[in-house]
Amino acid sequence: MIDIIEKANKEALEIIQNGQPTLIGLGVAEEVIPGMEKDLFLHAGPPITWEKMSGPLRGGVMAGLIYEGLASTPEEAAEYAASGKLRFEPCHHHDAVGPMAGIVTPRMPVWILENTAYGNRAYCTLNEGLGKVLRMGAYGPEVIKHLQWMESVLYPVLKETIEIHGPIDLKTMIAQAVQMGDEAHNRNKAATSLLIREIAPSILKTSFSNEDKIAVLEFLNSNDHTFLNLSMPAAKATLEPAGKVKYSTIVYTMARNGTEFGIRVGGLGNRWFTAPAEIIDGLFFPGFTKEDANPDIGDSCITETLGLGGFSMATAPAIVQFVGGTPKDAVRYTTSMYEITTEESKAYKLPPLNFRGSPTGIDIRKVIETQVLPIINTGIAHKDPGVGQVGAGIVRPPMACFEQALEAFVNLLEDEGLLED
Amino acid sequence: MSVNDLFKQELKVVNLGLKSFYSDLKSQGVATVQVNWKPKAGGKKNMLNLLSKINKVKQS
Amino acid sequence: MTIHTSIKKNAYYDSVTLMLLSRQLQELAGVEDVLVGMGTELNLDLARDLGLATGEFDTLTPNDLFIAAKIDEAQISMKAVEDAFNAYLNKSAESESDEDYQPPSLSSAIQALPGANMVLVSVPGQYAAAEVEDALDAGLHVMLFSDNVPVEDELRLKQKAVEKGLLMMGPDCGTAIINGIPLCFANAVRRGKIGVVGASGTGTQEVTVQIHKLGEGLSQVIGTGGRDLKEQIGGLMMIQGFESLIADPETELIVLISKPPDPSVAEKICQIAKGSPKPVVIDFIGGERAAIEAAGAIPCISLEDAAQKAVKVLRGQEYEDFTGFSLPEEQIEQIVEKEAAKLKGDQTELRALFTGGTLADEAMKLLGDHYDIYSNIPLSPEMAIENLPEGRGHICLDLGEDEFTRGRPHPMIDPQTRTEFFESHVDEKTAVILVDVVLGFGSYKDPAGAVADSVREIRQRLSNQGKDVVVIASVCGTELDRQDLNKSIATLEAAGIIVLPSNAQAVRLTDKVMQRIKKGAGDVS
Repeated sequence: MIDIIEKANKEALEIIQNGQPTLIGLGVAEEVIPGMEKDLFLHAGPPITWEKMSGPLRGGVMAGLIYEGLASTPEEAAEYAASGKLRFEPCHHHDAVGPMAGIVTPRMPVWILENTAYGNRAYCTLNEGLGKVLRMGAYGPEVIKHLQWMESVLYPVLKETIEIHGPIDLKTMIAQAVQMGDEAHNRNKAATSLLIREIAPSILKTSFSNEDKIAVLEFLNSNDHTFLNLSMPAAKATLEPAGKVKYSTIVYTMARNGTEFGIRVGGLGNRWFTAPAEIIDGLFFPGFTKEDANPDIGDSCITETLGLGGFSMATAPAIVQFVGGTPKDAVRYTTSMYEITTEESKAYKLPPLNFRGSPTGIDIRKVIETQVLPIINTGIAHKDPGVGQVGAGIVRPPMACFEQALEAFVNLLEDEGLLED
Repeated sequence: MSVNDLFKQELKVVNLGLKSFYSDLKSQGVATVQVNWKPKAGGKKNMLNLLSKINKVKQS
Repeated sequence: MTIHTSIKKNAYYDSVTLMLLSRQLQELAGVEDVLVGMGTELNLDLARDLGLATGEFDTLTPNDLFIAAKIDEAQISMKAVEDAFNAYLNKSAESESDEDYQPPSLSSAIQALPGANMVLVSVPGQYAAAEVEDALDAGLHVMLFSDNVPVEDELRLKQKAVEKGLLMMGPDCGTAIINGIPLCFANAVRRGKIGVVGASGTGTQEVTVQIHKLGEGLSQVIGTGGRDLKEQIGGLMMIQGFESLIADPETELIVLISKPPDPSVAEKICQIAKGSPKPVVIDFIGGERAAIEAAGAIPCISLEDAAQKAVKVLRGQEYEDFTGFSLPEEQIEQIVEKEAAKLKGDQTELRALFTGGTLADEAMKLLGDHYDIYSNIPLSPEMAIENLPEGRGHICLDLGEDEFTRGRPHPMIDPQTRTEFFESHVDEKTAVILVDVVLGFGSYKDPAGAVADSVREIRQRLSNQGKDVVVIASVCGTELDRQDLNKSIATLEAAGIIVLPSNAQAVRLTDKVMQRIKKGAGDVS
């Protein structure tokens, strides 16, 4: 005899373990993202209104409006955003994810992934690179110019590249990268290298000019985090079907919008459980301090939700230097995550732990019982729009999210008469 | 495993609480582990209540 | 302020390492701003933004490392900055913290330690019972150091433990030595043939230490917690421990230690003693002898006496109550004379300040009949310390009791409480100070040193009034304890403290000195 929660969690873990995230192509947001419309911008994290948005999120929206041609100056963009003419919805509600501000506008090019085990798809924009970029809330002319280059050169070249190459198995690529010092959130150097190596011949085979091919290769190469915008939707695609498993206490979404942190739990469907996002303590670039930091922002902790990122820190020891720690600390962080998860990953094995599978399937009951919160590696954005990244560090979700979820779960069980007296 | 069985085994100790007890055992070469103990559910009564309810979920 | 650039060609360092380095270098005195990075476009832009770029930047490639610094040359040179850079990089990973992984719960700890057979619980009392229950359910033995555990929980848990054949030592159990391994507050003693079950922490410590001094050893030392022999608990652990020692092939003789049990419990224990094939020595501190003798067990008059009898019986030797001293009678008399001579006529009061509860209790039992001693563990309610008259009197305190350990560590762990009492409770009327000095695991690193310091301070203080004081101590410890018995004795004696080989002897000497000064003063009180 097995209780219904255990049964549901088994099912959820089977879904997660069997996921096969695959890159199948590229497209334009309004053409391929379900429910995408002309007056809709998608953003990272749980639902939020313009009034509540923090600096980087607003900056991203403003950049998006200028890019879309709906405003010609940041001031006009801010007015437009506040006017009610623009709707905002979470990426997560549209099978998408976005790093940092995570803004997706209708004309943006996106990666298209499919979880071939279950047929569901996931989408993510192309990573802009480092420095002053939209996802960090920058909206200057160089930001827009760069986005336009991505739209007119990067996107078409990559689209044809994948058409020529055929689908790419991202699960295997991530599994390899994780054994090369990556953790698929803050450390993507290996995976980016594997990707470029994989698609370089196909880039050369495309119909574009040498100049364009060179520019594309150089751009991909200049940005270690190119792969982040693939690892995130890969995690999303893997986890999403677990969001439909009734009576499961497994977390299938963690996300922040710069103001609130939100989680979603299998047995509670689409409901968000939110609490104020934390300020990250970490390593700051020269000239910046904790006072400059924006609260936690981005959908990128979808990687941690899958057992990568901070959960796999043991395999990417360089990350732990962000809090003045040592590789031994990295192992300790990962080891502690096994206390709050359900199974070990069958795909993502961690060499420093004797190839133990990464901690998979966060259970809200275990989080509350042990008081151990998931650990997330993240970048830190400046709180003012337009400035960009100011550092990186380690952060945890608020306990309140899990407490609210547990309460809702018990209420649901009570309502359905599923608790013994 | 009875008391007399314990007398025949190698003592292996889980320590919940004062770290000095763990350190003393370690210094004697005893196999031991220190629990990073916190009250279950942070000692919060409402959470303990919810956890005990959820543990009484019906069998399928 | 000048700007300098230092370039290392074809050097690669991780961006995180470089960020950390920048931070380290930023903290050097005389460095206003510094950036360390590889020569990528991004970093060069950043350096320019920070106003740190120089002409040399034009030569930089992404494979080169640069250090760009704005420095006050009066305070620091660029070379010093470079040296700091190199020093940081050369620092090896011995800064690695050596902490082992600490699992967050009992269940994960049991997984992390295969073969775990004992759980040591010292979490706050209100949470302890739940943890003990989980441990027993998992089939592990328990030592429960925590106090403030409800008696109903103790009963339920001990019943479960007995049912499963497990130890549940406690609550409020401070001393055990299982398989030769000291747990919590216990001394390093040799392994041997004598098994002990004790309901009293320092009482158990004193007995084990005395047995060791006499050249014998301990097979197992089982604690029961202070409440075990009350009727409500019925001696469940005392009985469990007793029976396991009877069955233990390594144990040839058994010693039981406790304050006098409730009558029904004393009877149960004596019944088992009657049927025991092994000799049993029982110290119900200050309790009745008759029932013990009737059960064929050997009663005792002190903790030391229990150890002495145990050793003698083990060796097949004759035994008798040990009421005297280790030193010859004349030497004791000399010491008494010499010490009493230090005192003036108006010095009449006893100040006994104990850190070990059972040792304090033993002192009260041995002295309480001859003197009116006010105490927080009084022999009768009217002698409670609160009733100390204006005219004052003798005082004996157990400083480990709850009222003295609110928000402070136990005096065995931290001598500060007793140090304060030495200052506040010893004055020109004090004749004799009596103390215990407890060594071993769990105890302060140098309890003898702390006492010696306080005594020197007291003598200094009293000498201003032309007075001195008699200080008598015993040391509960062995030469194997980290605080070292012999070193501790030497430390005390260097402060003019008279050290006796046991608590009982220290108490007896105190009695002799007190009697001597009474006689001398011509007082009949």
